Amino acid sequence: MNSARSRGWAVLLLLPALVVVLVFFVYPVFALSARSFLEPTPGFGQYVDLVTNETTVTILVRTLVVALLVTVVTLALAYPYAYLMSLCGPGMRTFLLFLVLLPFWSSLMARTFAWIVLLQPSGPVAGFLGLLGLDGVKLLGSQLGVTIAMTQVLLPFMVLPLFNTMSGIDRRLLSAAHSMGASRFRAFRTVYLPLSVPGVAAGSVLVFILSLGFWVTPRLIGSPQQSLVGQLIETKVGKLLDFPGAGAISVVLLVITVVLLLAVGGGVRALVPGAKTDGGRDDG
Amino acid sequence: MDETTRPGWGLRIWAVLVAVLLVAPLLIVVPISFAEKRSFKFPPDGLSVDWYVNLFTDQRWTSAIGTSILVGVLVTLICTVLGTAAALGIHRLGGRVAALATGVLVAPMIVPGIVSAVAIYSVYLRWQLTGNLLGFLLAHTVLAIPFVIVTVTSSLSTTDPMLERAAASLGAGPWRTFVRVTLPAIAPGVGAGALFAFVTSFDEVVAASFLQSPAIRTLPIEMFVSVTNEVDPTIAAVSTVILALTTAIVLLPAFTRRRSSQKASSS
Repeated sequence: MNSARSRGWAVLLLLPALVVVLVFFVYPVFALSARSFLEPTPGFGQYVDLVTNETTVTILVRTLVVALLVTVVTLALAYPYAYLMSLCGPGMRTFLLFLVLLPFWSSLMARTFAWIVLLQPSGPVAGFLGLLGLDGVKLLGSQLGVTIAMTQVLLPFMVLPLFNTMSGIDRRLLSAAHSMGASRFRAFRTVYLPLSVPGVAAGSVLVFILSLGFWVTPRLIGSPQQSLVGQLIETKVGKLLDFPGAGAISVVLLVITVVLLLAVGGGVRALVPGAKTDGGRDDG
Repeated sequence: MDETTRPGWGLRIWAVLVAVLLVAPLLIVVPISFAEKRSFKFPPDGLSVDWYVNLFTDQRWTSAIGTSILVGVLVTLICTVLGTAAALGIHRLGGRVAALATGVLVAPMIVPGIVSAVAIYSVYLRWQLTGNLLGFLLAHTVLAIPFVIVTVTSSLSTTDPMLERAAASLGAGPWRTFVRVTLPAIAPGVGAGALFAFVTSFDEVVAASFLQSPAIRTLPIEMFVSVTNEVDPTIAAVSTVILALTTAIVLLPAFTRRRSSQKASSS
């Protein structure tokens, strides 16, 4: 088989999937973005509206704050957990990984429903807060409730990239630093922490991006008065049929996403699926 | 284990708290699903299996389950065939063209969920692909195909290219080489991709919520509508069933691996 013929075959194999994705995904995203620049009149009118509309700006800022908060809290929760996973024996590691993969693979609707039950007035979380003397905190229909639920829902997406990176770190480096007189903390801070940065970056960007585009959980747990950007886009399209306006916000989200991905570098494959597939396979 | 690698108590307690946070919220759906009254009260006042009976007899729920399984299976077939073929093509081509094609094919995974959904809705609306099966199939296919591309590509990258050459030099044609050598080597990746594709479709809420009509709803949409409009513990019964299936799926690889490693060690 000559090389030109072989290339021809390769293109032929690639083409069906490429055409389907181009026509039924890339074109729609492109068309929606284009409408934000073309309707009702060509130009940046939609974007001027966007930055001058106080409600829209408030919602965008609120979304960024919630996304940042969720990222920071998931990182604080996940880092020690992933660290322990990389330390312990194979049996324990499989168990700890199972605890991450269970929510990871579980239905988003089921998990969001669980949080509706947990956060309802006089529900378990309210009862727990009552024991601490915090009565009457509004959870369902509040930004606090949305943040709590999103943190738990997105936690696996932080643990898996962290564990991926940490399981590749040579622990003998720590012992070496220790044997040369570094304290445990110092050995960790100067040797381990820098080596785990790629995992921290991948997990944080992944969770941040997912938070920005989250719709189901804020829609069902939050309130229309304190909506996030996903709900804003939905309202524009569903109630007002304002596709150009929704397109403008979508372009803003897309730009933030692309910039963040470029900032982490290493391409997208290192981020999302690497975490997923390796997380599923490395448990032996 | 020396002093530097033994986890301290603080770390262990933290990990236990995180473990509880990961799993406990899921489990609350189980008691609610056995509630006697039409309520989400926890713990429930009395026990019954009414909501399970309702789940498998109420036409609203059964048709949603049927639609979800039908869409999921078809999407899995389409994604597995198209995605595996594309990954093979990308692997053979290499270079810039392959990188560009990969970028396009995994784009649906990167674009924020709500943006994908609204973009799909805005165009499918014009093409009359809303409120029908074809719309669901196309939307879920493009959203799920990246997972097949990525899992198969990563399988291919760890396959020894010498195997294919060896098969060819021993006289096997391209098709025979593919079926006997390449396919068995990438089978775990294809399987993982297929599973991802099914779960992605079965779980998808955002695009489906725009494409649905009262005549055609997937299971997550029926759950969404139910939880928005009424207090009906049937949704807890659905969640419990899904949770049980998910547990089985997650545990499956651990058990099959243990059995195969037992076989290997006993032989």
